Amino acid sequence: MTTVAEQRPAAGFSTSARLRGWLRNPWGKPRFLVLITWAYILWSIVPVLIAVQFSFNETRSRTVWDSFSTRWYWGDPVDSVWHDPTLRHALVQTFKLAGADVLIAVPIGVLLALGLARWHGRGSAASNFIMLFPLVTPEIVMGVSLLLVFSELFTFIHTGTTAQILGHVTFSISFVVVIVRGRLFSIGRQYEEAAADLGASPFVALTRVLLPLLTPAIVAAAAVVFAISADDFVISQWLSRGGDTDTVPIRIYSATRAAPLPSVNAIATIMMVITLLIVTLGFLTWRAFTRGESKAGTAAEDFGTAFRL
Amino acid sequence: MYRRWLWPSLSFPGVLWLIVLFVVPFYAVLAVSLGTVDPILFQPVPIWNPLEWNVGWLQEALQRLAPGGIWFDVGIRTIVYVALSLVLCLLIGYPVAYYTARHAGRWKGLILILIILPLWISYMMRMLAWVNLLQADGYINRFLMFTHVLSQPRDWLGGSSSTVIFALVYGYIPYLILPLFASLDRIERSHVEAARDLGASPWSAFRTVTLPLSKTGILGGAVLITLPMFGDYYTPNIVSMSPKTSMIGNQIDLYFHGGPQPTLGAALTIILAVFLTFLMAYYMWSIHRAQRDVGAVGAL
Repeated sequence: MTTVAEQRPAAGFSTSARLRGWLRNPWGKPRFLVLITWAYILWSIVPVLIAVQFSFNETRSRTVWDSFSTRWYWGDPVDSVWHDPTLRHALVQTFKLAGADVLIAVPIGVLLALGLARWHGRGSAASNFIMLFPLVTPEIVMGVSLLLVFSELFTFIHTGTTAQILGHVTFSISFVVVIVRGRLFSIGRQYEEAAADLGASPFVALTRVLLPLLTPAIVAAAAVVFAISADDFVISQWLSRGGDTDTVPIRIYSATRAAPLPSVNAIATIMMVITLLIVTLGFLTWRAFTRGESKAGTAAEDFGTAFRL
Repeated sequence: MYRRWLWPSLSFPGVLWLIVLFVVPFYAVLAVSLGTVDPILFQPVPIWNPLEWNVGWLQEALQRLAPGGIWFDVGIRTIVYVALSLVLCLLIGYPVAYYTARHAGRWKGLILILIILPLWISYMMRMLAWVNLLQADGYINRFLMFTHVLSQPRDWLGGSSSTVIFALVYGYIPYLILPLFASLDRIERSHVEAARDLGASPWSAFRTVTLPLSKTGILGGAVLITLPMFGDYYTPNIVSMSPKTSMIGNQIDLYFHGGPQPTLGAALTIILAVFLTFLMAYYMWSIHRAQRDVGAVGAL
């Protein structure tokens, strides 16, 4: 019988041998893959780091580096993020929308996830179908339909903050459902049943047993909703009435189309840092709560896959 | 142990919300696109009763999209841009996901975090980064002139199709890599080893085992990025600002923001939504088939 052995160099070979191997066959299987993976990672992250660097530029240029300064954050008396009212309002509006979105979409989404996971009667399939649709609908279709419904049917709601919040909640609910339902399935029903066997009423089983077990998913969902709301451009733009209802992504968008200053890079950097902080907090909470439930290292994967489906 | 009405009533607020602010708004688009236009004010007049619908504007929109119509080029361009971007995303994303799932070893956690990171950086921030780099005196032109690839700065942002496709790939690829990784990571190592033990070369083991088993990830990722790409209008606007690169989304945007005919824009939105529904049905059917085939492999 012939055995098919893989052509692998012996373990513990020296750096020079490795280098010679590289030169002899740079397209060998793992080497090519290592190269393309790290090249991809650099390509996806370095441009953003350069944009962050230019937010600290001393001059008005976003392409020629001069020296480090915080002029575009607060130093400049006219055009810095701190002093330019349009940029400051954009930051406030972005946080207003994201905060309201979290407060409304998370409770509704958690209830909907519980309901859809356990409800098997008439109407459950249709409800599930409606819940999945916003996840695959392009935002422009949602933007057009919300704009038209507010201008033709619900005419008592005008474009602006209220309309924007309603729109953000509409696309956020499904994300909460997906994250919380995934956690519900991995918990199973045994804890609630044990509580019921020990004499807990359904209300107590739900609020004292199931809800604490769902906490990591609820925290993660809140972090995700904050991030997608702060990142959203299309719905915010379609439902904005201009002026102080423009959010940070809208400011960045209109600035790149005009002649932007490094203050745009500065406001983008501020948003990025805050979003990453909140997402990291969400991830750490998730990991702290689910520690010991699964293998180490898979928490990151669960978290990552729970996020964007 | 719970009462029967509990679960439907927990679902009620969410379902009601989505009916009022997702289903009804979509119906409003239908009512506007199948409605009429006020002859004096040029304002859309929606028709809410399906029995009275007027298909005139929808026909008008379809005629403009047909060969010879004024939107024909835009339609074809949208499909070409999305198809090319999808192919490029797969060519770059598959090896990255494959390496991370199979060979990354102790680097796996770090690489995974670095791959997920762009998902949490604002799309506009990432586009802004490239607009800065692609300026006339930006790093890209300076690098290409330093290495004598170019003798004078190239105008990357003045309406070039390749820049738009590049930006689409850059913007959407993280959403593809994650489902690809998830499906590749689920494949049992023993399946591949079995193929190798039975005499398959590394390449044919990949072609006959790994690739078919990762098909659901490929299709799932493709759904996740093609549907939003078909509705994209901001990416071409940011990196090109030229009608030479405008997509269907730009056309819809134009008819609402600045254009005088929301009715036509609504009709185009309906056409786009119907087209995407068919596309998604096709994806769902392919995923279903791929899962059935994978079931057969598992049974072996």
